[in-house]
Amino acid sequence: MTGKAEYDAVVIGGGHNGLTNAAYLARAGVRVLVLEKRHVLGGAAVTEEIFPGFKYSVCSYVVSLLRPEIIRELNLPGHGLEILPLESTCTPLLNGDHLMRWADHDLTRRELYRHSPRDADAYDEFGELLYQLAYAVKPLLSMIPSDFTSLKPRDLLGLGKLARHMSGLDPATFHALHKLMTMSSADFLDEWFETDALKATLAASGIIGTFMGPRSPGTAYVLLHHYMGEIDGVFRAWGFPRGGTGAVSEAIASAARGFGATTRTEATVTNILVQDGHVRGVALDSGEEINARIVVSALDPNRTFLGLTDARHLPDEFVNTIRRYKTRGSSGKVNLSLSALPEFTCLPGTKAHLRGAVSISPSVEYLEHAYDDAKWGQYSRRPYMDILIPSMIDPTMAPPGHHVMSIFVQYAPSSLAGGWDDRQRDAFGDTVIKTLAEYAPNLEDIIMHKQVLTPWDLEQEFGLTGGNIFHGELDLHQLFFLRPAAAWANYTTPIANLYQCGSGTHPGGGVSGASGRLAAQTVLRGLRS
Amino acid sequence: MRTDVWLVVGSNWNRVNNQAPMLRGTPFHQRTATYCQTQNWRRWAGFLVAGSYEMTHDREYYAIRTSAAIIDVSPLYKYVIRGRHAQQLINRVITRDVSRCRPGQVMYTPWCNEEGKVLDDGTLARLDHEVFRLTAAEPNYHWLQENAYGLDVVVEDISERLAALSVQGPLSRDLLRAAANPDLSTLAFFRVTSASINQVPVTVSRTGYTGDLGYEIWLDAANAEAVWDHLMLVGEAYGITPAGMLALDIARIEAGLVLIDVDYVPARKAKIEAQTSTPFELGLGWTVNLDKGPFNGRDALQAESKRGARWHLCGLEVDWESLEQLYAEMKLPPALPTQAWRTSVPVYRGKRQLGYATSGCWSPILKKYIALAHLEASYAKPGTEVLMEVTVEHRRRHAHARVVKTPFFNPTRKRSPV
Repeated sequence: MTGKAEYDAVVIGGGHNGLTNAAYLARAGVRVLVLEKRHVLGGAAVTEEIFPGFKYSVCSYVVSLLRPEIIRELNLPGHGLEILPLESTCTPLLNGDHLMRWADHDLTRRELYRHSPRDADAYDEFGELLYQLAYAVKPLLSMIPSDFTSLKPRDLLGLGKLARHMSGLDPATFHALHKLMTMSSADFLDEWFETDALKATLAASGIIGTFMGPRSPGTAYVLLHHYMGEIDGVFRAWGFPRGGTGAVSEAIASAARGFGATTRTEATVTNILVQDGHVRGVALDSGEEINARIVVSALDPNRTFLGLTDARHLPDEFVNTIRRYKTRGSSGKVNLSLSALPEFTCLPGTKAHLRGAVSISPSVEYLEHAYDDAKWGQYSRRPYMDILIPSMIDPTMAPPGHHVMSIFVQYAPSSLAGGWDDRQRDAFGDTVIKTLAEYAPNLEDIIMHKQVLTPWDLEQEFGLTGGNIFHGELDLHQLFFLRPAAAWANYTTPIANLYQCGSGTHPGGGVSGASGRLAAQTVLRGLRS
Repeated sequence: MRTDVWLVVGSNWNRVNNQAPMLRGTPFHQRTATYCQTQNWRRWAGFLVAGSYEMTHDREYYAIRTSAAIIDVSPLYKYVIRGRHAQQLINRVITRDVSRCRPGQVMYTPWCNEEGKVLDDGTLARLDHEVFRLTAAEPNYHWLQENAYGLDVVVEDISERLAALSVQGPLSRDLLRAAANPDLSTLAFFRVTSASINQVPVTVSRTGYTGDLGYEIWLDAANAEAVWDHLMLVGEAYGITPAGMLALDIARIEAGLVLIDVDYVPARKAKIEAQTSTPFELGLGWTVNLDKGPFNGRDALQAESKRGARWHLCGLEVDWESLEQLYAEMKLPPALPTQAWRTSVPVYRGKRQLGYATSGCWSPILKKYIALAHLEASYAKPGTEVLMEVTVEHRRRHAHARVVKTPFFNPTRKRSPV
């Protein structure tokens, strides 16, 4: 191809990070094109009307980590983003009792007191600690990782800033931070609480998306990762985007287009084109080639470097690091259309608890057993589930009087013994529904439609290698300046003008957009120099 | 039953102690009380209304903006004005030209004293050629009577007889389509019509105090509970949520709607002239029709319109980075007001105070810290940079803010035909 390129930059992958990246580039005047393989933008942050009238947040289903600066800088409310509060978490117990945590402090305290007067007190102190920790790590989320071994001025400056911030922490907070970075979530919580269901429900945040059990070291960090979010200045707040998670992507896409970005769906990139160590564009499966002096990949590191890039353009050592980058999927998703509300036997005749999350995490042992199955290549016979009824929060998600239910399920190992197929997927879906029906017996009678997603589906349909929802596990050796590889954690790659902006870069998984934003800063800095 | 015993004991106790009368509930009180988890009751015109029903008002607010909220607005003062000279009386009182208000139409309007200072504001519905219904925040029966001297008109105070419910939010139209007869979908913005809900005759106006798609339902107080029950039953599928004054307060600030006693002092209560406001000063210049003939305050308002208002009620948007910086200095994340505030907050340019904000809130839907402020006219232009006082850890600091147009939030659905 000859002639002047139509675009300065091509972003591969129209997930929320790709779109965020494009929005920031376009805002700075870069002519940018986003290419998305699927028929809809959003990647794993999509809302789809799989069955008429029933809208599913197909994969990602709640929002908390979306950076407030992105909401502000891209004026996402002006592009239709509305985040509704998630009020409560209900943990039904096997003995017919339940554990509720409400948005209100006094109600939660009264409920915890019922289970353990000691825990009721400790819960407040724990909340204070998590506030301190969230405040402590907040700057990390808006920071391009500095390489500890680098002597470049920018890295030193970044490390200096970080050191100054950390030295401002009081010792107790710093020690707690260290514990969180190294302990298992169950051990960490054992130091605080005695109520098993409380520990299990809190510990569950430490296993989501990871291939670890609550007793595996490193899970305490994942717990913190899920607590770093903030809504309206309140840390640890979780919300539900009106219209489902796709509404986040749509708002970012609308902002990007508002700044002049172009988005194309059903455009599958097959190759990143490289010439003399420089990226020069991308090739699509249609044979079309698009030239651009900058290419940013929002795909996971595995897809970007092992899938789309010819290995001869990359150093061996880098290729091997990416090959060893862990992307084991551990979770699945079941989305249901319901003709009525489920009736949980633990709270008969009321509905308030159905406006929040329902967590099937009755005990730490339950979660660990669920992991044991996965360890040996089976999906959990009794899985952990994080359930939401989005239509209770936003009635437009289902026809009037009907409901949708989103069930995040763990564990479902990507490498199932014997491999995933349609039959295994059905069996997995049945296990999920059967397990949940033990707590809500009318469930099977009210199901109208169901969609079951295994790690295999997440890989096939959404391009998540191994079905890993974080684009690579949130293990300590895959965080910060090691995400995804040492020396290439600052969104650059061994190929000049090829950048990465997906969740496989710092600060990693969740619908935060931080990777997309920080990568854009790196790209723009590159353009200026 | 223990409760019966307690009630008996309770009533004896009252007698023994010669207790003074309790504040009254509205016609919906038996129902609203069952939803009022907080027992957070507020006073409104001598009645009890819920401040918030739930422990926090977040969900009530979001119902207004994203599904459907039901708000008891019965304490409004309500007057029926009927007769051959009804139009003449009203045109003498209000600032708008009522001859342009056709039957089935509603107008928002302030009314003034002879000095052109606002006494009150409310909505005027023309129910028939010679029948009007006026809502007011303050008692106005006497004022209407005084102005009716010599006219063939009857003014009736129906405040106690007429109950009122406001159903607001993007799903309110769908909800009423399911709950009311006939189909009200085509009822236009600021129009009123008769309908029935659960066989109870009501009038429904497409009005509200939220700046969103919404309706107000007016009905005989005796039928209050039947209508409430039906709306709650049918409304469940539309996310109907009883909402209290705290949620409403945020919505009305986002909509840029002024609140009497908060954003302005009604002229009757003002102790000094400086406390009063004219419609022009409140951003209500559009409601003043100087060509319709004589009305209360016309001469004063005519003069003011020539010379220009000295004050303007403006929108302010507080700059986030500036607020964040003030808090970061104290090693704190920005503390945002969880409720709307209603205090007078100084506004500066440099060191000079050029006005004061009267209400403000964090807008959850816009993700912006907003306020309504009275500013000297020369600083009222949108885009003007000012400083608003904020108290950070007991210290008075100044956050950067920018003058913006109101309404802050103005969805197209508010006026959309269907």
